[in-house]
Amino acid sequence: MKYRASRNTGPLKAMKSAILVFPGINRERDMARALRLISGHEPVMVWHAETALPKGTDLVVVPGGFSYGDYLRCGAIAARSPVMDAVRDFAGQGGLVLGVCNGFQILCESGLLPGILMRNDRLKFICKDVHLRVERSDTPFTRGYNAGQVIRVPVAHGEGNYAADEETLKRLNGDGRVLYRYCSPDGDVGDTSNINGAAHSIAGIVNERGNVLGMMPHPENHVEDIMGCTDGRGLFAGLVAHLDRAA
Amino acid sequence: MKARVTVTLKTGILDPQGKAIEGALKSLGVDGVASVRQGKVFDIELAGADKTKAEAALKEAADKLLANTVIENYRVELLG
Repeated sequence: MKYRASRNTGPLKAMKSAILVFPGINRERDMARALRLISGHEPVMVWHAETALPKGTDLVVVPGGFSYGDYLRCGAIAARSPVMDAVRDFAGQGGLVLGVCNGFQILCESGLLPGILMRNDRLKFICKDVHLRVERSDTPFTRGYNAGQVIRVPVAHGEGNYAADEETLKRLNGDGRVLYRYCSPDGDVGDTSNINGAAHSIAGIVNERGNVLGMMPHPENHVEDIMGCTDGRGLFAGLVAHLDRAA
Repeated sequence: MKARVTVTLKTGILDPQGKAIEGALKSLGVDGVASVRQGKVFDIELAGADKTKAEAALKEAADKLLANTVIENYRVELLG
C-alpha cells in the first residue's frame, strides 16, 4: 500500500473507528479501550444487523470472541451478517479493516481474506503470550514497528491454525502479505515457535490491496503498563500515523 | 420433503479432530481402522415438493453457508 509523504505538522487527524458487535463477541471493550487510549477518540460500536457504517469511518475493527458460539465454523455465521456487506463495500473503497482472533476468522469466512483458521494442530485452546516477528514496516498495520522487530502479544484461541491452498500460500509469501509470524523470543521462525501449526507460522495476513488485516493475536491486550507489556501499541499508533499522513 | 447435506473435508486438508478420534479408536482396541476423517451432516426438511427446486435450494444453502468450499466438499441427497 502506498501513501503520500506528510508535510502535516499539525495535530493528528482523528481516527474514527467502528467496532462491529456480534452476539457472542467478548473483546470489543478491550479493543475500544485500546483505540481510545491511542487515538484519543471514542470508537463507535456497530451492531451486526446494521446495513451501514457510521459516516466518515476510517477504520473498521472486527473484534475477538465467540460469535454465535462458534457454531457451524468459527466466524461462519457472523460473516453472513448484514453489516458485513457494508464492510465489504468499505474495504472495496480502500478503507482500513482490522480483524483480531474471531475477527480474523470472520474476515476469512466473509471472503475478505483468503484461507481459513483450522483447529490448533495439538487440539488445545492456547491462552498465553507469544512472540511475533513483524515482517515489514511499510504498511499501515506495521508502520509503528521496524521490519524484523519481535513483539510480545497474547493469544487466546482454539482455532488459529491458518490454512490455505498452496497457490494462495505462495502468493501470500511472495507478495509480502504475511505481516506477522509466530517466532521465538529471538525472532527465529520454526516448528518450535509455531504455536498452533499455522502454515508458514502465519499469525497475520493482509488482502491483495493491503487494507484488510487479519491476525490471531490480541495487540489490544498489550497497550498499557498495567498489562505488563505495551508491545501492541505500535499497531494502533501506526494506523493513527497512517491516517494522519493520508489526510 | 426430507433431505440430507453431508459436508466432508477435502483430501489433503489436515484434520486434527479426525486424527484424535482415530487414535482413540485404536486405543479402544477397535480393529482394522486405517484412518478417520470427521465431517458434518445436516438433516433438512423442505417446504415444497418440487425436486428440482429443492436441489437448487440445498446447493445454494451449501455454497452460501453450510460448507466452506476452501476446505470442504459437500453432497446433497433428497430422501423423499
